[in-house]
Amino acid sequence: MTLREIVGLLDATVCTGEAHLDTEVQSAFASDLMSDVLTLKDTPILITGLCNIQTIRTCDMACLQFVVFVRNKKPSADMIELAEENDMVLIACEYSMFKTCGLLFEAGLYPLF
Amino acid sequence: MHQEYTVIEGDFVNAGAASSSVKKTLKQLNVNPQVVKRVVVALYEAEVNAIAHAYGGKVTVDIDAGKIRMVVADKGPGIPDIALAMQEGYSTARPEVRDMGFGAGMGLPNMQKNVDRLNVTSEVGVGTTVEMEVNF
Ligand SMILES: Nc1ncnc2c1ncn2[C@@H]1O[C@H](COP(=O)(O)OP(=O)(O)O)[C@@H](O)[C@H]1O
Ligand SMILES: [Mg+2]
Repeated sequence: MTLREIVGLLDATVCTGEAHLDTEVQSAFASDLMSDVLTLKDTPILITGLCNIQTIRTCDMACLQFVVFVRNKKPSADMIELAEENDMVLIACEYSMFKTCGLLFEAGLYPLF
Repeated sequence: MHQEYTVIEGDFVNAGAASSSVKKTLKQLNVNPQVVKRVVVALYEAEVNAIAHAYGGKVTVDIDAGKIRMVVADKGPGIPDIALAMQEGYSTARPEVRDMGFGAGMGLPNMQKNVDRLNVTSEVGVGTTVEMEVNF
């Protein structure tokens, strides 16, 4: 599915990366623990409630480009700036982690394992 | 090629700045992206540790034909039992470290998994030095 479809499904707002919204994504990984994210071999979209500069740095190191923030977390200006440098898309929704994952799983995004 | 970075105690905002810069350099050198990822994931975890568990330190990176060598040397409390610290799940991280998305005791194991050679030396009350090498 496309990121644009994800935005619609989650009733989310796009914080940065509008230009990439037609990108197709296949899989997702959900975690608030960045050490876990750093173990991934794949490059899924990241669903997380951890909303600070280390979320963006971790994505940079792990080559992840797309992030969905849950629980109404909004990225700061610093985060958005760093995300823009790395050509990332940041999406924010008000749903819980569980609801977000449920909706995206049901819509066909694959888990990594 | 030789690079040096300073890591400042408690400066979580800049944790990863050295790794990020090394990533750019390796990309410019056309190093295989999978190797780049292994290097920067390991260096990032080491950088976070110098900030989270010690009082900052110095990162030195040397890139030669086919090899990158990284040394993260901190002034800090040191690690009393390195074998224990290497175990997955062992952590003495403060709550603010956990708030940054770390502190699950996976940093040193993550480094071990990503590099070809890891050597941790430490003296209690003096500091810790993490040396890592990746061949490419
Ligand atoms: N540079 C360091 N200085 C002092 N102690 C350290 C250092 N690096 C690691 N440690 C110790 O080893 C433990 C495990 O480190 P690590 O595997 O990175 O997990 P975490 O950082 O999540 O606690 C830390 O909690 C800490 O007690
Ligand atoms: Mg650590």
